[in-house]
Amino acid sequence: MELLSGGEIVIRALKDAGVKYIWGYPGGAALHIYDALFQQTDVQHILVRHEQAAVHAADGHSRSTGEVGAVLVTSGPGATNAITGIATAYMDSIPLVVISGQVPREKIGEDAFQETDMVGISRPIVKHSFLVKDATEIAGVIAKAFYIAGSGRPGPVVVDIPKDVTDPNHRVPYEYPEKVKIRSYQPTSKGHSGQIKRAIKTLLGAKRPIIYSGGGVILGEASSQLTELARLIDAPVTNTLMGLGAFPGSDPQFVGMLGMHGTFEANTAMHHADVILAVGARFDDRVTNTTGKFCPSATIIHIDVDPTSIAKTIKADIPIVGACDVVLQEMIDQLQDSGKRLDDEAMADWWKQINEWRDRHGIYTQSRYEASGGTIIKPQDVIKSLYRATGGDAFVTSDVGQHQMFAAQYYLFDQPRRWINSGGLGTMGFGLPAAMGVQLAHPDAMVACVTGEGSIQMCIQELSTCTQYGLPIKIINLNNQALGMVRQWQDMQYSSRYSSSLYEDSLPDFIKLAEAYGHVGIKVTHFDELDEKMEECFSLKDRVVFMDIYVDRSEHVYPMLVAPNGSMRDMWLSKTERT
Amino acid sequence: MRRIISVLMENEPGALSRVVGLFSQRGYNIDTLTVAPTDDQTLSRLTLTTHGNDQVIEQITKHLHKLIDVVKVVDLTEGPHIERELMLLKVKASGPHRAEIKRCVDIFRGQIIDVSTHAYTVQIVGNSDKLDAFIQAIAGAEILEVVRSGVSGLSRGEKALRL
Ligand SMILES: Cc1cc2nc3c(=O)[nH]c(=O)nc-3n(C[C@H](O)[C@H](O)[C@H](O)COP(=O)(O)OP(=O)(O)OC[C@H]3O[C@@H](n4cnc5c(N)ncnc54)[C@H](O)[C@@H]3O)c2cc1C
Ligand SMILES: Cc1ncc(C[n+]2csc(CCOP(=O)(O)OP(=O)(O)O)c2C)c(N)n1
Ligand SMILES: [Mg+2]
Repeated sequence: MELLSGGEIVIRALKDAGVKYIWGYPGGAALHIYDALFQQTDVQHILVRHEQAAVHAADGHSRSTGEVGAVLVTSGPGATNAITGIATAYMDSIPLVVISGQVPREKIGEDAFQETDMVGISRPIVKHSFLVKDATEIAGVIAKAFYIAGSGRPGPVVVDIPKDVTDPNHRVPYEYPEKVKIRSYQPTSKGHSGQIKRAIKTLLGAKRPIIYSGGGVILGEASSQLTELARLIDAPVTNTLMGLGAFPGSDPQFVGMLGMHGTFEANTAMHHADVILAVGARFDDRVTNTTGKFCPSATIIHIDVDPTSIAKTIKADIPIVGACDVVLQEMIDQLQDSGKRLDDEAMADWWKQINEWRDRHGIYTQSRYEASGGTIIKPQDVIKSLYRATGGDAFVTSDVGQHQMFAAQYYLFDQPRRWINSGGLGTMGFGLPAAMGVQLAHPDAMVACVTGEGSIQMCIQELSTCTQYGLPIKIINLNNQALGMVRQWQDMQYSSRYSSSLYEDSLPDFIKLAEAYGHVGIKVTHFDELDEKMEECFSLKDRVVFMDIYVDRSEHVYPMLVAPNGSMRDMWLSKTERT
Repeated sequence: MRRIISVLMENEPGALSRVVGLFSQRGYNIDTLTVAPTDDQTLSRLTLTTHGNDQVIEQITKHLHKLIDVVKVVDLTEGPHIERELMLLKVKASGPHRAEIKRCVDIFRGQIIDVSTHAYTVQIVGNSDKLDAFIQAIAGAEILEVVRSGVSGLSRGEKALRL
């Protein structure tokens, strides 16, 4: 067997785990590993400008490819800087392996230089973690980490490695395990067939069914099964923020996103449904509104690979624990074998009702905002312009705020893994580094980062990383000169007292800033130049372009569920209209 | 309702902190907790008592299962089971109290395992109610210190929590 040092083993094991790119930042405790990186070419390291960005970039890589993302940071501040990124991935069930350097074994616990208890600090926000005690363990631990991160309900795994374990002068035999087996970890994939039978029976009896699908369908690569089942039963489909793209967004059977900023038709149809088929969705509070008033007449079928997601906030009538691709396929097979259909007449009535809702208040059929014109650019129109300029075919990452909601509402995603945003944690600063991860994994694709002037400043240093690695991301900055989402809440709940949501003329000149990093900056202040400049932006294929678009500051995101104490049919439709 | 949950988990450093962390992170209660390696040294058995409504208990057992180090979980209170707790109690024993305490210990089938001029150390084993009752019974005496092991338990019959 080959003899390698611990540092070399880390890199070889990464390679054997299928890693091509690792995002990171060096420092003392990780230097043996960095030296091993330098001496090979299989695994390419991308040097970010802040460890948070390394994690978001690996996360963007993972969300856009389905692969496990990889990160390398040093101990202490390197590790703590990674925490926000890890928590972001954890909340959205994104598979990552984060390797952190640690102080040498004999110094652990002594408050040594740059020591933090990484396993302890990260414990509540990881799927699992390891502290490696010996060089001979590294390969096995890394193999396990990749297996755990990527299987079942995915999630981030931390591998903390003390510096002396990676000592270049200490060589041990290297062997990457062919197969990983963990006796205490066996994720389920096949669903209970009795439960699936009951689910089919319930679906066949439905008069007002709806499919509520979430991020699990994307994580579980089950879009084609979901689409096929939806076609078979002709039910309306709504997606969570995390599920967008799992069912084609431009398809008439799609009723839009549901939840806090979901469409009128999706939320109203949920409220009135008699059967809800929930797939890979976790009944988040942004979706359900007041749980006691959630969908009063619905029988709920809930498919999820993680039993803790089932009956956590809303009780399921027919719980099915299993991987959604496998379970949906079995449902399709059983439905086809039965030769039965849903009641045609009932379904015709249901669609008639839904289309009426859609015509009355839908964001795609009725404009829910005033017209742009002159120097007033409505943020919604920017997203529509982006959609046109990219032919609906871009990867769109986003930051957090109003711009995120507008992007989710108005960019129609026809494919999974195209919409990349932080839903569960809602991490401002996610968009730009995530876009780097996407662009590196898809060098020829159009990658747009929809952001706000607030969020972009949380990881703006990564413009430099884009320069170093030639990542031609297009930044679509919806500049409303305000922490817009906060401002909206202050308008609605605090009588427009804008406590710390405005910057008082302190915003930088983003055009000069972009140029300082060697990029192109394009400023847009007039509506009639929007489309043309957007075209120009995407014609500059090899350049990072920073589009600084001044949008109407007073705009709010609608619809918006009425809270507290509202149900899913209680919505604000504009500043003055309520359901 | 009070529940006794038994967990078989890898005897690895960090496993216990994951279990305890889960409870504090999700706002669940731990009333008692005991843990030690089993006859198979690679496994630890942890027993905890908690309380909550059915939905909370269901989430607790599901979340315990989900921890990578956890091999098996059983809610002993779901079926017939035996539970025991050990209590060591040091009590002032002088004057008339001395004989009274001795009588109480006998009634509760405990043992006096250390004696000094002015104090007894008593050992009582039983379910938690019995230990509470003993403390009640000697309420008149001055208790110097109490240490309880927390509950351990097994299901009745041949059912066993093993790999
Ligand atoms: C400003 C802001 C506003 C928001 N507004 C909304 C809103 O209006 N509407 C909305 O929907 N969200 C909104 N969110 C997002 C929200 O916070 C949640 O992140 C989101 O609703 C969760 O989506 P999900 O239910 O699809 O679950 P995810 O977090 O995507 O979880 C996936 C689920 O699928 C399961 N799963 C994973 N893999 C599989 C598999 N292979 N098979 C089966 N199951 C699997 C997991 O166990 C989990 O239960 C908002 C967020 C922000 C920041
Ligand atoms: C790291 C972080 N801090 C604070 C928040 C709370 N927050 C949510 S949206 C928002 C405003 C975002 O402003 P901007 O990026 O300009 O987007 P806009 O809403 O104006 O489109 C804030 C502060 C957050 N989500 N993340
Ligand atoms: Mg803003």
